[in-house]
Amino acid sequence: MAKLIRMDHTGHSTLAQWTAGDPAAVQAAVTVFRAELDRGYLAMVSTGPGHAEHVRELPVDAELVIMRLPISGG
Amino acid sequence: MAAADVLPETASVHWRRRVDAAQLRGRGRLWTLTMAAHVVPFAGAASLLLWMQPLALPVALVCFAHAWIIPELYAQRGANVLRPARRMSAADAAPGPEQRSVGLLGDLVGHEARELHARTGLVLEPGRLGAWLVGEKGAVLLHGRRRLRAYCYCVKVDPRRPAAHDLPSGDRIAHLLLALRSDEQGFATVANLAFAGAPWRLRRRMSRETRAALKAALASDSRSSARL
Repeated sequence: MAKLIRMDHTGHSTLAQWTAGDPAAVQAAVTVFRAELDRGYLAMVSTGPGHAEHVRELPVDAELVIMRLPISGG
Repeated sequence: MAAADVLPETASVHWRRRVDAAQLRGRGRLWTLTMAAHVVPFAGAASLLLWMQPLALPVALVCFAHAWIIPELYAQRGANVLRPARRMSAADAAPGPEQRSVGLLGDLVGHEARELHARTGLVLEPGRLGAWLVGEKGAVLLHGRRRLRAYCYCVKVDPRRPAAHDLPSGDRIAHLLLALRSDEQGFATVANLAFAGAPWRLRRRMSRETRAALKAALASDSRSSARL
């Protein structure tokens, strides 16, 4: 089952879970995903060892989508 | 490079040139020149004073001290990027969120990096530009085949976001790690360079625990160079 998580003060929170064959769960995940983007979060997907990709649409076939905050120089 | 592959945060520093290997070498040389510009006049003045008047020894010693302390202060600034972030609240250091965040970070890295993080609080990440050590509020890049330099970058989760202040340590590192993995050059562009110099100068200013991470990064970097 695929998961959408957000890194936050709890360590991380699971926002949505879905399987590709469950359109209702996918739609719910997409809604939550867009809401997080609107809040300023960025979505990341691991694409192999040492690689990650920034995504703007929910990749339904990904196992784990992580929402992170932007970074800046200190 | 496709727009989708570029770190979105680079838009906030659009005036900066995108970091690449040539720019890194140039900035490294500039740092060396800056250090020389600080050290040579003071050391030269001290030597001249001693040659002209041996009784000026106290003043010469002050000059020598300046020549020594200025590079040390810069190296300290570099080492500070690997120090753990100050905890903003008790909840921030609560064991539950800390463990959960470290668990997620552990899922993102391999066994060796996980073990190194447990010992040192830093994550070792090989990249195209060199080996990276990632901490809670910064990262160090070891770059250069002929002349290895440590580039210390101050970079963290954007503190203008209220949610950034309560993040546990593992999440702070995971934020930087994911950004680094998605666009290494963009990551180095967004980050502020705090110090660039020989790794041994950085090592002297690091804690005993984090020195082990630097040692591992140096070993990793030499293995990577050998493969190239």
